[in-house]
Amino acid sequence: MNLKKTFLPLFNPLSKDNPVIVQVLGICSALAVTAKMEPALVMTISVTAVLALANVIISLMRNTIPSSIRIIVQLVVVAALVVIVDQVLKAYTYDVSKALSVFIGLIITNCIIMGRLEAFALNNRPWPAFLDGIGNGLGYGIILIIVSFFRELLGSGTLFGCQVFPQSWYDAGYMNNGLMILPPMALIVVACIIWAHRAINKDLQEK
Amino acid sequence: MNRQSNTYTIIYSIILVVVVGLALSIVYQALRPKQVENIDNDTKRQILAAALITPENGESVAELYSEYITDSYIVNTKGEKVDSDIDPFSVNVADQVKEADMEKRLLPVFVCNLSGKSDTEDTTGDNVKYIIPVYGAGLWGPIWGYVAMDANGENIYGAYFAHQGETPGLGAEIEKPAFSDQFQGKDIFSKDGAFQSIMIVKNAPDPLPDNEVHAISGGTITSQGVQKMLSNSLEPYTAFFKSLKK
Repeated sequence: MNLKKTFLPLFNPLSKDNPVIVQVLGICSALAVTAKMEPALVMTISVTAVLALANVIISLMRNTIPSSIRIIVQLVVVAALVVIVDQVLKAYTYDVSKALSVFIGLIITNCIIMGRLEAFALNNRPWPAFLDGIGNGLGYGIILIIVSFFRELLGSGTLFGCQVFPQSWYDAGYMNNGLMILPPMALIVVACIIWAHRAINKDLQEK
Repeated sequence: MNRQSNTYTIIYSIILVVVVGLALSIVYQALRPKQVENIDNDTKRQILAAALITPENGESVAELYSEYITDSYIVNTKGEKVDSDIDPFSVNVADQVKEADMEKRLLPVFVCNLSGKSDTEDTTGDNVKYIIPVYGAGLWGPIWGYVAMDANGENIYGAYFAHQGETPGLGAEIEKPAFSDQFQGKDIFSKDGAFQSIMIVKNAPDPLPDNEVHAISGGTITSQGVQKMLSNSLEPYTAFFKSLKK
Protein backbone atom coordinates (compact mmCIF):
# COMPACT_ATOMS: atom_id res chain seq x y z
CA MET A 1 0.00 0.00 0.00
CA ASN A 2 1.50 3.33 -0.91
CA LEU A 3 1.99 6.06 1.61
CA LYS A 4 -0.35 8.53 0.00
CA LYS A 5 -3.28 6.17 0.17
CA THR A 6 -2.60 5.31 3.82
CA PHE A 7 -2.75 8.91 4.87
CA LEU A 8 -5.68 9.84 2.65
CA PRO A 9 -8.13 9.73 5.62
CA LEU A 10 -5.87 12.19 7.44
CA PHE A 11 -5.34 14.79 4.71
CA ASN A 12 -8.55 14.60 2.71
CA PRO A 13 -10.76 16.21 5.40
CA LEU A 14 -8.39 19.16 5.74
CA SER A 15 -9.42 20.65 2.42
CA LYS A 16 -11.13 18.59 -0.33
CA ASP A 17 -13.53 16.87 2.05
CA ASN A 18 -13.62 19.40 4.88
CA PRO A 19 -16.47 18.66 7.30
CA VAL A 20 -17.40 22.33 7.82
CA ILE A 21 -16.96 24.08 4.49
CA VAL A 22 -17.62 21.17 2.09
CA GLN A 23 -19.97 18.88 3.99
CA VAL A 24 -21.42 21.83 5.99
CA LEU A 25 -21.57 19.89 9.26
CA GLY A 26 -20.92 21.21 12.76
CA ILE A 27 -21.84 24.77 11.79
CA CYS A 28 -23.72 25.40 15.03
CA SER A 29 -20.74 25.02 17.32
CA ALA A 30 -18.56 26.84 14.79
CA LEU A 31 -20.74 29.90 15.39
CA ALA A 32 -20.88 29.54 19.13
CA VAL A 33 -17.28 29.21 20.20
CA THR A 34 -15.44 31.40 17.70
CA ALA A 35 -15.74 34.85 19.28
CA LYS A 36 -12.32 34.32 20.90
CA MET A 37 -9.37 32.19 19.78
CA GLU A 38 -8.71 30.41 23.07
CA PRO A 39 -12.10 28.65 23.34
CA ALA A 40 -11.90 27.84 19.63
CA LEU A 41 -8.55 26.15 20.15
CA VAL A 42 -9.77 24.20 23.18
CA MET A 43 -12.89 23.17 21.25
CA THR A 44 -10.68 21.98 18.35
CA ILE A 45 -8.55 19.87 20.67
CA SER A 46 -11.63 18.48 22.46
CA VAL A 47 -13.48 17.55 19.25
CA THR A 48 -10.35 16.02 17.72
CA ALA A 49 -9.68 13.96 20.84
CA VAL A 50 -13.28 12.76 21.11
CA LEU A 51 -13.52 12.00 17.39
CA ALA A 52 -10.22 10.11 17.18
CA LEU A 53 -10.92 8.03 20.30
CA ALA A 54 -14.54 7.33 19.37
CA ASN A 55 -13.45 6.29 15.88
CA VAL A 56 -10.86 3.88 17.28
CA ILE A 57 -13.22 2.41 19.90
CA ILE A 58 -16.09 1.93 17.45
CA SER A 59 -13.71 0.51 14.89
CA LEU A 60 -12.44 -2.04 17.44
CA MET A 61 -16.00 -2.95 18.34
CA ARG A 62 -17.33 -2.91 14.79
CA ASN A 63 -17.55 -6.69 14.39
CA THR A 64 -19.41 -7.20 17.67
CA ILE A 65 -21.98 -4.39 17.60
CA PRO A 66 -25.53 -5.70 17.04
CA SER A 67 -26.83 -3.69 14.10
CA SER A 68 -30.20 -3.05 15.78
CA ILE A 69 -28.63 -0.92 18.54
CA ARG A 70 -25.71 0.42 16.47
CA ILE A 71 -26.59 4.12 16.86
CA ILE A 72 -27.20 3.76 20.60
CA VAL A 73 -23.82 2.10 21.08
CA GLN A 74 -22.15 4.94 19.17
CA LEU A 75 -23.98 7.52 21.28
CA VAL A 76 -22.97 5.84 24.54
CA VAL A 77 -19.32 5.77 23.51
CA VAL A 78 -19.34 9.39 22.33
CA ALA A 79 -21.26 10.59 25.39
CA ALA A 80 -18.84 8.84 27.75
CA LEU A 81 -15.83 10.40 26.00
CA VAL A 82 -17.42 13.85 26.05
CA VAL A 83 -18.15 13.61 29.77
CA ILE A 84 -14.53 12.62 30.36
CA VAL A 85 -13.28 15.59 28.29
CA ASP A 86 -15.64 17.90 30.18
CA GLN A 87 -14.38 16.62 33.55
CA VAL A 88 -10.74 17.01 32.50
CA LEU A 89 -11.36 20.58 31.33
CA LYS A 90 -13.14 21.43 34.58
CA ALA A 91 -10.17 20.11 36.52
CA TYR A 92 -7.34 21.67 34.52
CA THR A 93 -8.66 24.66 32.56
CA TYR A 94 -11.54 25.92 34.68
CA ASP A 95 -11.84 29.36 33.05
CA VAL A 96 -11.98 27.96 29.52
CA SER A 97 -14.46 25.33 30.63
CA LYS A 98 -16.66 28.10 32.03
CA ALA A 99 -16.42 30.02 28.72
CA LEU A 100 -17.33 26.92 26.70
CA SER A 101 -20.08 25.93 29.17
CA VAL A 102 -22.70 23.84 27.38
CA PHE A 103 -20.82 23.55 24.10
CA ILE A 104 -18.52 20.81 25.39
CA GLY A 105 -21.58 18.77 26.32
CA LEU A 106 -23.03 19.50 22.89
CA ILE A 107 -20.04 17.82 21.19
CA ILE A 108 -22.22 14.71 21.58
CA THR A 109 -24.68 16.13 19.07
CA ASN A 110 -21.99 17.37 16.67
CA CYS A 111 -23.00 15.84 13.34
CA ILE A 112 -19.36 15.38 12.33
CA ILE A 113 -18.80 12.79 15.05
CA MET A 114 -21.85 10.62 14.38
CA GLY A 115 -21.25 11.07 10.66
CA ARG A 116 -17.67 9.78 10.81
CA LEU A 117 -18.61 6.86 13.09
CA GLU A 118 -21.39 5.74 10.72
CA ALA A 119 -19.54 6.40 7.50
CA PHE A 120 -16.01 5.38 8.37
CA ALA A 121 -15.35 3.71 11.72
CA LEU A 122 -17.95 0.98 11.26
CA ASN A 123 -16.28 -0.24 8.06
CA ASN A 124 -12.58 0.33 8.66
CA ARG A 125 -9.73 -0.93 10.76
CA PRO A 126 -8.64 1.05 13.87
CA TRP A 127 -5.56 2.73 12.35
CA PRO A 128 -7.28 4.32 9.33
CA ALA A 129 -10.21 5.15 11.64
CA PHE A 130 -7.83 6.94 14.00
CA LEU A 131 -6.31 8.95 11.12
CA ASP A 132 -9.79 9.78 9.85
CA GLY A 133 -10.76 11.04 13.31
CA ILE A 134 -7.68 13.22 13.63
CA GLY A 135 -8.12 14.51 10.06
CA ASN A 136 -11.76 15.45 10.48
CA GLY A 137 -11.15 16.97 13.91
CA LEU A 138 -8.39 19.13 12.50
CA GLY A 139 -10.41 19.97 9.39
CA TYR A 140 -13.15 21.24 11.69
CA GLY A 141 -10.56 22.98 13.87
CA ILE A 142 -8.85 24.82 11.01
CA ILE A 143 -12.11 26.53 10.11
CA LEU A 144 -12.83 27.34 13.78
CA ILE A 145 -9.41 28.89 14.19
CA ILE A 146 -9.57 30.91 10.96
CA VAL A 147 -13.02 32.22 11.88
CA SER A 148 -12.04 33.03 15.46
CA PHE A 149 -8.86 34.75 14.25
CA PHE A 150 -10.86 37.27 12.22
CA ARG A 151 -13.60 37.63 14.82
CA GLU A 152 -11.26 38.25 17.74
CA LEU A 153 -8.87 40.46 15.74
CA LEU A 154 -11.58 42.72 14.30
CA GLY A 155 -14.08 42.39 17.12
CA SER A 156 -11.89 42.80 20.18
CA GLY A 157 -8.55 43.93 18.72
CA THR A 158 -6.82 41.04 20.49
CA LEU A 159 -5.44 37.58 19.70
CA PHE A 160 -5.49 34.96 22.48
CA GLY A 161 -6.37 37.88 24.76
CA CYS A 162 -3.25 39.92 23.88
CA GLN A 163 -3.64 43.42 22.53
CA VAL A 164 -2.70 43.54 18.82
CA PHE A 165 -3.49 47.07 17.72
CA PRO A 166 -1.47 49.75 19.54
CA GLN A 167 -3.33 52.21 21.74
CA SER A 168 -2.39 55.02 19.32
CA TRP A 169 -4.77 53.53 16.72
CA TYR A 170 -7.64 53.80 19.16
CA ASP A 171 -6.61 57.34 20.05
CA ALA A 172 -6.66 58.15 16.33
CA GLY A 173 -10.27 56.99 16.11
CA TYR A 174 -10.07 53.28 15.24
CA MET A 175 -12.88 51.28 16.82
CA ASN A 176 -13.41 47.56 17.35
CA ASN A 177 -16.25 46.21 15.24
CA GLY A 178 -18.83 45.01 17.78
CA LEU A 179 -20.73 43.16 15.05
CA MET A 180 -17.84 40.69 14.70
CA ILE A 181 -18.53 39.42 18.23
CA LEU A 182 -22.15 38.58 17.39
CA PRO A 183 -23.08 35.14 15.96
CA PRO A 184 -24.19 36.32 12.47
CA MET A 185 -20.65 37.39 11.56
CA ALA A 186 -19.42 33.85 12.15
CA LEU A 187 -21.75 32.66 9.39
CA ILE A 188 -20.58 35.42 7.09
CA VAL A 189 -16.92 34.61 7.74
CA VAL A 190 -17.60 30.89 7.14
CA ALA A 191 -19.37 31.83 3.90
CA CYS A 192 -16.35 33.90 2.81
CA ILE A 193 -14.06 30.93 3.51
CA ILE A 194 -16.36 28.66 1.46
CA TRP A 195 -16.30 31.23 -1.37
CA ALA A 196 -12.50 31.41 -1.40
CA HIS A 197 -12.21 27.62 -1.09
CA ARG A 198 -14.57 26.94 -4.02
CA ALA A 199 -12.84 29.56 -6.12
CA ILE A 200 -9.55 27.69 -5.68
CA ASN A 201 -11.00 24.16 -5.95
CA LYS A 202 -13.05 24.50 -9.13
CA ASP A 203 -14.11 20.83 -9.07
CA LEU A 204 -16.18 21.48 -5.93
CA GLN A 205 -18.36 24.05 -7.66
CA GLU A 206 -21.89 22.95 -8.41
CA LYS A 207 -22.73 23.16 -12.09
CA MET B 1 -23.23 -16.69 18.23
CA ASN B 2 -26.03 -14.96 16.41
CA ARG B 3 -25.32 -11.25 16.57
CA GLN B 4 -28.89 -10.35 15.67
CA SER B 5 -30.57 -12.30 18.48
CA ASN B 6 -32.31 -10.48 21.31
CA THR B 7 -30.24 -12.22 23.97
CA TYR B 8 -26.99 -11.09 22.38
CA THR B 9 -28.26 -7.51 22.02
CA ILE B 10 -29.42 -7.32 25.64
CA ILE B 11 -26.22 -8.82 27.08
CA TYR B 12 -24.15 -6.58 24.83
CA SER B 13 -25.90 -3.43 25.99
CA ILE B 14 -25.68 -4.43 29.67
CA ILE B 15 -21.93 -5.02 29.44
CA LEU B 16 -21.43 -1.77 27.52
CA VAL B 17 -23.33 0.30 30.06
CA VAL B 18 -21.56 -1.28 33.04
CA VAL B 19 -18.12 -0.71 31.50
CA VAL B 20 -18.90 2.89 30.54
CA GLY B 21 -20.47 3.60 33.94
CA LEU B 22 -17.43 2.23 35.71
CA ALA B 23 -15.04 4.27 33.58
CA LEU B 24 -16.99 7.47 34.18
CA SER B 25 -17.12 7.01 37.95
CA ILE B 26 -13.37 6.39 38.10
CA VAL B 27 -12.67 9.57 36.11
CA TYR B 28 -15.12 11.54 38.25
CA GLN B 29 -13.57 10.37 41.51
CA ALA B 30 -10.04 10.95 40.27
CA LEU B 31 -10.66 14.53 39.11
CA ARG B 32 -13.06 15.58 41.88
CA PRO B 33 -10.51 17.12 44.31
CA LYS B 34 -9.00 19.23 41.54
CA GLN B 35 -12.44 20.45 40.43
CA VAL B 36 -13.52 21.35 43.95
CA GLU B 37 -10.33 23.35 44.32
CA ASN B 38 -11.12 25.26 41.11
CA ILE B 39 -14.66 26.01 42.22
CA ASP B 40 -13.41 27.19 45.64
CA ASN B 41 -10.83 29.42 43.98
CA ASP B 42 -13.53 30.91 41.78
CA THR B 43 -15.64 31.71 44.87
CA LYS B 44 -12.60 33.23 46.57
CA ARG B 45 -11.94 35.37 43.51
CA GLN B 46 -15.52 36.68 43.68
CA ILE B 47 -15.26 37.44 47.41
CA LEU B 48 -12.03 39.36 46.83
CA ALA B 49 -13.55 41.19 43.85
CA ALA B 50 -16.17 42.68 46.21
CA ALA B 51 -13.34 44.18 48.25
CA LEU B 52 -11.89 45.48 44.95
CA ILE B 53 -8.95 43.09 45.07
CA THR B 54 -8.25 41.47 41.70
CA PRO B 55 -5.35 39.09 41.14
CA GLU B 56 -2.66 40.65 38.97
CA ASN B 57 -1.13 38.32 36.40
CA GLY B 58 0.51 35.39 38.10
CA GLU B 59 -0.94 35.98 41.55
CA SER B 60 -2.70 32.99 43.02
CA VAL B 61 -6.25 33.59 44.21
CA ALA B 62 -5.83 31.17 47.11
CA GLU B 63 -2.77 33.08 48.38
CA LEU B 64 -4.46 36.46 48.05
CA TYR B 65 -7.47 35.09 49.88
CA SER B 66 -5.46 33.84 52.82
CA GLU B 67 -3.57 37.14 52.87
CA TYR B 68 -6.56 39.48 52.93
CA ILE B 69 -9.46 37.50 54.38
CA THR B 70 -8.46 37.45 58.02
CA ASP B 71 -11.58 35.94 59.53
CA SER B 72 -14.94 34.48 58.60
CA TYR B 73 -17.87 33.56 60.79
CA ILE B 74 -21.62 33.07 60.83
CA VAL B 75 -23.92 35.55 62.55
CA ASN B 76 -27.63 35.41 63.38
CA THR B 77 -30.26 38.12 62.89
CA LYS B 78 -29.44 39.56 66.32
CA GLY B 79 -25.94 40.26 65.08
CA GLU B 80 -24.36 37.68 67.40
CA LYS B 81 -21.71 35.27 66.22
CA VAL B 82 -23.05 31.74 66.04
CA ASP B 83 -20.84 29.01 67.42
CA SER B 84 -21.11 26.17 65.00
CA ASP B 85 -18.98 23.73 63.12
CA ILE B 86 -20.26 24.99 59.80
CA ASP B 87 -17.61 26.59 57.63
CA PRO B 88 -18.95 30.00 56.49
CA PHE B 89 -17.27 29.41 53.14
CA SER B 90 -19.36 26.29 52.50
CA VAL B 91 -22.72 27.84 53.45
CA ASN B 92 -25.05 27.61 50.47
CA VAL B 93 -26.36 31.16 50.20
CA ALA B 94 -29.00 30.11 47.67
CA ASP B 95 -30.67 27.92 50.29
CA GLN B 96 -30.34 30.52 53.03
CA VAL B 97 -32.08 33.37 51.19
CA LYS B 98 -35.04 31.12 50.38
CA GLU B 99 -35.67 30.62 54.09
CA ALA B 100 -38.62 32.99 54.67
CA ASP B 101 -38.05 33.09 58.44
CA MET B 102 -34.98 35.32 58.64
CA GLU B 103 -34.25 34.17 62.21
CA LYS B 104 -33.38 30.73 60.88
CA ARG B 105 -30.88 31.90 58.29
CA LEU B 106 -27.17 31.27 58.61
CA LEU B 107 -25.49 34.56 57.73
CA PRO B 108 -21.85 34.24 56.64
CA VAL B 109 -19.51 37.20 57.05
CA PHE B 110 -16.02 37.37 55.56
CA VAL B 111 -13.71 39.85 57.24
CA CYS B 112 -11.23 41.43 54.91
CA ASN B 113 -8.26 43.48 56.04
CA LEU B 114 -7.00 45.61 53.16
CA SER B 115 -3.59 46.03 54.75
CA GLY B 116 -3.13 42.27 54.73
CA LYS B 117 -2.59 39.63 57.35
CA SER B 118 0.50 41.31 58.77
CA ASP B 119 -1.76 43.93 60.31
CA THR B 120 -3.98 41.73 62.49
CA GLU B 121 -3.83 44.17 65.40
CA ASP B 122 -5.97 46.60 63.49
CA THR B 123 -9.36 44.89 63.70
CA THR B 124 -11.57 47.96 63.84
CA GLY B 125 -9.76 50.43 61.61
CA ASP B 126 -11.00 51.66 58.28
CA ASN B 127 -8.98 49.00 56.50
CA VAL B 128 -11.37 46.32 57.71
CA LYS B 129 -14.23 45.46 55.37
CA TYR B 130 -17.06 43.01 55.94
CA ILE B 131 -18.03 40.99 52.89
CA ILE B 132 -21.56 39.67 52.69
CA PRO B 133 -22.82 37.17 50.10
CA VAL B 134 -26.05 38.04 48.27
CA TYR B 135 -28.22 35.83 46.10
CA GLY B 136 -31.40 36.38 44.09
CA ALA B 137 -33.19 35.90 40.80
CA GLY B 138 -32.65 37.78 37.56
CA LEU B 139 -34.69 37.46 34.40
CA TRP B 140 -33.51 34.07 33.12
CA GLY B 141 -31.81 32.53 36.10
CA PRO B 142 -30.03 33.12 39.39
CA ILE B 143 -27.91 36.19 40.05
CA TRP B 144 -25.51 36.46 42.96
CA GLY B 145 -22.69 38.52 44.27
CA TYR B 146 -20.77 39.84 47.23
CA VAL B 147 -21.05 43.22 48.90
CA ALA B 148 -18.18 44.63 50.95
CA MET B 149 -19.26 46.96 53.78
CA ASP B 150 -17.09 49.60 55.35
CA ALA B 151 -15.96 49.21 58.96
CA ASN B 152 -18.86 51.47 60.05
CA GLY B 153 -21.37 48.88 58.78
CA GLU B 154 -23.21 51.59 56.89
CA ASN B 155 -21.50 52.38 53.61
CA ILE B 156 -20.78 49.99 50.78
CA TYR B 157 -17.09 49.74 49.98
CA GLY B 158 -17.40 47.63 46.85
CA ALA B 159 -19.71 45.17 45.16
CA TYR B 160 -19.38 42.25 42.79
CA PHE B 161 -22.26 40.75 40.84
CA ALA B 162 -22.47 37.69 38.64
CA HIS B 163 -25.23 35.91 36.79
CA GLN B 164 -25.90 32.60 35.18
CA GLY B 165 -27.59 33.54 31.93
CA GLU B 166 -28.85 37.11 31.76
CA THR B 167 -29.21 38.66 28.30
CA PRO B 168 -25.79 39.67 26.91
CA GLY B 169 -25.52 43.43 26.51
CA LEU B 170 -28.60 44.06 28.67
CA GLY B 171 -29.09 42.26 31.99
CA ALA B 172 -25.63 40.72 31.76
CA GLU B 173 -24.17 44.21 32.23
CA ILE B 174 -24.60 43.80 36.00
CA GLU B 175 -21.30 41.94 36.09
CA LYS B 176 -19.43 44.89 34.57
CA PRO B 177 -17.58 47.34 36.84
CA ALA B 178 -19.55 50.16 35.16
CA PHE B 179 -22.58 48.89 37.08
CA SER B 180 -21.07 47.53 40.28
CA ASP B 181 -18.76 50.52 40.83
CA GLN B 182 -21.84 52.72 41.26
CA PHE B 183 -22.42 51.07 44.64
CA GLN B 184 -19.21 52.36 46.16
CA GLY B 185 -19.90 54.70 49.05
CA LYS B 186 -23.67 54.16 48.98
CA ASP B 187 -25.46 54.07 52.33
CA ILE B 188 -27.81 51.19 53.15
CA PHE B 189 -29.31 52.95 56.18
CA SER B 190 -31.59 55.99 56.07
CA LYS B 191 -30.84 59.11 58.11
CA ASP B 192 -32.96 57.93 61.04
CA GLY B 193 -31.01 54.66 61.14
CA ALA B 194 -33.53 52.30 59.55
CA PHE B 195 -32.46 49.68 57.00
CA GLN B 196 -33.41 50.86 53.52
CA SER B 197 -31.14 48.90 51.16
CA ILE B 198 -30.20 50.33 47.76
CA MET B 199 -32.79 51.42 45.18
CA ILE B 200 -32.05 50.85 41.51
CA VAL B 201 -33.72 53.69 39.66
CA LYS B 202 -34.55 54.70 36.11
CA ASN B 203 -34.52 58.18 34.59
CA ALA B 204 -33.03 59.82 37.65
CA PRO B 205 -30.82 62.87 37.22
CA ASP B 206 -27.28 62.89 38.64
CA PRO B 207 -26.19 63.24 41.34
CA LEU B 208 -28.21 60.44 42.86
CA PRO B 209 -29.08 60.30 46.57
CA ASP B 210 -26.71 58.04 48.45
CA ASN B 211 -29.07 55.06 48.47
CA GLU B 212 -29.76 54.95 44.73
CA VAL B 213 -27.90 53.69 41.68
CA HIS B 214 -28.76 53.75 37.98
CA ALA B 215 -30.55 50.76 36.50
CA ILE B 216 -29.39 49.21 33.23
CA SER B 217 -31.23 50.32 30.10
CA GLY B 218 -33.06 47.37 28.62
CA GLY B 219 -32.25 45.27 31.68
CA THR B 220 -35.18 46.31 33.84
CA ILE B 221 -36.07 42.91 35.26
CA THR B 222 -32.45 42.08 36.04
CA SER B 223 -32.01 45.50 37.68
CA GLN B 224 -35.11 44.92 39.80
CA GLY B 225 -33.71 41.49 40.60
CA VAL B 226 -30.52 43.09 41.92
CA GLN B 227 -32.57 45.49 44.04
CA LYS B 228 -34.67 42.66 45.52
CA MET B 229 -31.58 40.53 46.02
CA LEU B 230 -29.84 43.27 47.98
CA SER B 231 -32.75 44.08 50.25
CA ASN B 232 -33.59 40.43 50.89
CA SER B 233 -30.00 39.32 51.47
CA LEU B 234 -28.76 42.32 53.46
CA GLU B 235 -31.77 42.93 55.71
CA PRO B 236 -31.09 40.03 58.12
CA TYR B 237 -27.68 41.56 58.75
CA THR B 238 -29.20 44.84 60.06
CA ALA B 239 -28.37 44.08 63.70
CA PHE B 240 -24.87 42.94 62.75
CA PHE B 241 -24.20 46.15 60.80
CA LYS B 242 -25.48 48.25 63.68
CA SER B 243 -23.22 46.41 66.11
CA LEU B 244 -20.23 47.45 63.97
CA LYS B 245 -21.06 51.10 64.41
CA LYS B 246 -19.57 52.06 67.72
